[in-house]
Order: sequence, then structure tokens, then C-alpha cells
Amino acid sequence: MFDLGALGSQFFVGLSRAMILFVVCSGLSFVLGVLRVPNIAHGSLYMIGAFSAYSITKLVAGPAGFWLALILAPVVVALVSFVAERALFCHLYQREHLMLLLFTFALSLILGDLVKIVWGAEYKSIMAPELFNGSVSVMGASIPRYNFFLLLVGPLVAVALWLFTNKTKIGKIARAAAVDREMVGAVGINVSWVFAFAFVLGCFLAGLGGALVAPTVSITLGMDHNLIIEAFLIVTIGGLGNMWGAMVGSLIFGLTQAFGVLFWPQFAIVFPYMAVVIVLIWRPTGMLKSVW
Amino acid sequence: MQRSNLNLYVIGPWALILVLLLLFPFVLPRFYVYILTVIFVTALLAMSLNMVVGHGGLFQFHHGVFYGVGAYAFALMLTKTGLPMWLCFILSPFVAAAVGFLIGWFCVRLASLYFAMLQISLGSLIWAIAFRWYSLTHGDDGLHGIPVPDWISSTSGAYYFILFFLVLCLIVMYIMHRSPFGMTMQAIRDNPARCSAVGINVRRHQLTAIVIATFFAGVAGVLFVVLEHSVFPDLLFWVLSLEIFIMCLLGGWFTFAGPILGAAITVSLRTFVGIYTEYWTLILGVLLILLIFFLPEGVMGLFLRKVRKGGHAEEAPGRGQHAQG
Repeated sequence: MFDLGALGSQFFVGLSRAMILFVVCSGLSFVLGVLRVPNIAHGSLYMIGAFSAYSITKLVAGPAGFWLALILAPVVVALVSFVAERALFCHLYQREHLMLLLFTFALSLILGDLVKIVWGAEYKSIMAPELFNGSVSVMGASIPRYNFFLLLVGPLVAVALWLFTNKTKIGKIARAAAVDREMVGAVGINVSWVFAFAFVLGCFLAGLGGALVAPTVSITLGMDHNLIIEAFLIVTIGGLGNMWGAMVGSLIFGLTQAFGVLFWPQFAIVFPYMAVVIVLIWRPTGMLKSVW
Repeated sequence: MQRSNLNLYVIGPWALILVLLLLFPFVLPRFYVYILTVIFVTALLAMSLNMVVGHGGLFQFHHGVFYGVGAYAFALMLTKTGLPMWLCFILSPFVAAAVGFLIGWFCVRLASLYFAMLQISLGSLIWAIAFRWYSLTHGDDGLHGIPVPDWISSTSGAYYFILFFLVLCLIVMYIMHRSPFGMTMQAIRDNPARCSAVGINVRRHQLTAIVIATFFAGVAGVLFVVLEHSVFPDLLFWVLSLEIFIMCLLGGWFTFAGPILGAAITVSLRTFVGIYTEYWTLILGVLLILLIFFLPEGVMGLFLRKVRKGGHAEEAPGRGQHAQG
């Protein structure tokens, strides 16, 4: 059978992949929960996050560049999404649902080409700071240090998001708007701005995910397509709009992918999709309670 | 459908278009004939999707898979088995329909977005298999130089061959659209709860519609191979599915012929804007946003409204009174 080392190292690979997926999917799930719109442009914003992180590390050399990128890249993405939301998207909230979906698709087409115009079509890569170079040996498995950092960031984002939605006023309003937007409007809250805020926050998380993934993969133009479909599946199997569901879904997706590599390398990409099929047949509305 | 509906008013414009299309290869340069053929194949694919999306109200988000399965089935049968070409041609759409039945059987149990997601994941499974099963499908490279008989491999030969099957399929689709079954599907789209209350087996109808639609998608896939002599995994990728979904919305998804227009617009845009700039998707995105803001019924929807101002908008949703003809 498989040795424990390989199993353990794949476990950590899957876990850290799941954390990146979680950061992105929690944003998608938040937008889905409050606005009820599957944001197809989420993948493009993730890609912009990764490309901005590249540009920032080019401008500021050394480890400071990486940390700055981690903070500034999501802010860039949030700004882009804020402009798109206030200029165009906010005028469509009264419209048919499918039109909103179509809008986010159009946005993803535009953003995808804008990335091509700004950054070109070449592969890009950035280095993690020296602190994260090398790997640590745990129970015979060697695990890159950067993965430990990801394992730290994932739960941190989860806790921050939980505190935000449950303990702050604006977070509570956003949750209330998710359940009953008419009622929220009726008590005198500007629902349009709540939506804007939720959209920008969700996109911020997409950008953060992009910045986090940047040192581990090559940054290319197709990365939005690969991610967005995974993100949708994760959010669905977790339970639409449920943040912890996004976590559960990410873990399922990341781990099945990682262990799939071990069991049948050629068809490793099949395993996560199979897991999704099984979950959806077993629990048609996702693992956890959806807010819809 | 009753024969009385086929009056000159309906048939006339279509017959004119058909005659023009039959004459085009004599006057147009080869490149334009080729582009028209691409539009035919894409239009058939978009029409098959609209059977379930526009007229059935199902979130068929991964329709491209069945197109790809039809194309792969045809290509593999031609290259790996000794079956005659016509038999492969007939069998391949049935393979697509069988896959459609299998995927549809699981999907109709779920509603709206969950339906879409289950279909995307099942479709992605098929994509992943085609992508990775290198010994059979040559994975990422795909299969090229598939032997197609000489008489349909020339540009004008392929043009007439594909046009013939497009027209044939469109006639069958139109008959289905106006048949009691088609009317029932539109009723299910408009009010599933009431339909099931009056004793219609909603799931079985939806599954049947999916199987029929996937059959036509398989035909489109076969025609793609006839045109391009090759298959590759991108035919099964979800981006294509989204693209044809957009074509239906662009053309007008509550109209019968809207998706043809959507396909024509998208393909021409990609081809002719693509000549001047590589950023044609940017143009498509801007166009889509303009469409959302100013033309929510799609191009065909606007056209029909202008033409039939004050008249009966028989294709409009929620108007099933022509069911008895």
C-alpha cells in the first residue's frame, strides 16, 4: 500500500489547496448569499488579484513586496469591483435573475481581456519571501513552509469573516438582507449600498485568494476558467451562501484532488468531480444549510 | 402542429433565406462559405440547447458536453472501427442522447441552480476523461485528420451537407416545438407546480426533452467533425457551454429562431472582430452589457415585437393558447 509519508504529504497539499479555495469561495458564497447572484466574474477578479500581486512584487523588491502584495492586491481587486458595481451592476438589481448572471459573465469577458491588455499573455511567477522557502519534515512527509502559512491564513479568514457577519452591525445587516431584502429596506436601510458592500467584500476575498495562490502556481490567463467552475461546485455542495459550507466544500474538493493523485495519477482530476456528484445525489441542497 | 399554421406568411421569408443560402457558394469566396458553415453548426447546437433552456426552463448549463460526445463518438467510430460512414453518422447522435439520458436522469431530480451544478460536475467528469485518456482520445491534442469521404470534405460539399441536416433538424425541432409535447414543456417552464397538479409527469417530460435536445447536440457534434475533420477536449469544456447559453440569450431565448441569430452574431463577431484585434471577447462583453441594459428580450425578441406590433406575440412566454392549433 502507500507509505505514510506520501499519504501525509498529500494530506497537507490537499489541505493547503483547500485553504486557498476556501478564501476564494467564501467570497463567492458571501455574494451569493446576500445578492443571490452567482458571480461568474469572481474567477477573473481572482486572476486580477494574482496579476496585481505580481506587479507589486516587481515594484517593491524583497520580502516587503510580498507582504505588501498580500494587502494591496485584494484592495486593487476591491476597487475594480466597486467601480463595476456602482457604475453598472447596481442599476440591475430590480431585473430578472438571469440578466444579473449574464452581466457577471459579460464582466468576466471584459476583465479577462483587460488583464491580457495590461499584463500580456506570458506566464508570470512570483517568489514567496525567504521565510517560507524550504520545507519542514512532519512524520516523514516533507511539507513546504508556505503551505503552513496557508493553513494559518485559511482559518484566520474564516474566523474574521464569522466575527464580521455575526458581531458587527454592517455584517448583521448584510445577513438580514440575505434573508429578506424588502424588510431591510423597509426599516430604512439603503439596500443598494449593503449590496455594494457585500459585493466588494466578496471580491476582496477573491483578490486575496489570487494573491495567496500566486507564489504556488504560474500566473496565466486561463486561471480564471479553471477556478471559477471549481468555486461554484464547492459553494453548491457546501450549501449556497453558507460560509462554513464553503469550508466543508473546499476541504472535500482539495482533499479528494490531492488523494486522487496518489491513487490514480492519470485521472486525478476526476475525483473531485466525482465527490461533487456523490454529495449532490446524496444531499441535493448541499452539506450544510443554505441561506436561499 | 396543424398544416393550416404553415401559411405563406411564415414560410415565405424562410424559403427566401433558404434559396439565398443555396446560391451563396456560387458567389461568395471560400472563406465566407466556411464561416457560414461554422454558423450552421453552431446554430444547430444553440437551437438544441434552447429546446430545453428557452422552451423547457431547465438550467442546462453544460450542453457542450453532448456536442463533444457526439463529435468524439463519430471521430472514434470512424478511426477505430471499420463501420461504414453512414452508420457512424447515425449512431453518434444516439451515443450523445444516451449520455444525455444518463446525466439527465440524475439532474432532473434537482431544481434550478443545483440542477446546473450537478450537470456541470457530471459533464466535467466526461471532459476530464476525454482530457486524460490519452491512449484513446489523445488527450489535450485531440484527434486530427479524421477520414471523411471526399464528396463532403470540400468546402462547398460540407456546406450543402451541413445545410441539409440543419434544415432537416430545424423542421423536426419546429414540429416538436408546436406539438403537444412542446406545448407541455412550455407549460412546465411557466408553471411546474400547476402542471404536476393536473397530472403531467414533470420529471419524465423534462428528461425526454433533455434526451431529444442532446440528440440534436450530437448531430451538431457530428457535423462539426464533418466540417473540421478533428476533435479536441475544448469541445467538452464548460466555457463552450456557457458560450452557447449566451447565444440563446443574445438571440432571444423565448423565440424559436433567436438562437440562430445569436450564433450568427457570436461567430461573426469572433471572426471579423478577430481579424482586427485579438480582444474580441472584450467587444463581446461590452455588447452583452449594452444588450442587458437596452434589449433584455434579445435581438430576435425586439425584431418580433417591431414586426408584430399590435399583433399576436405567439412565441412569448406564458401564452400557450395555440396548443390545440
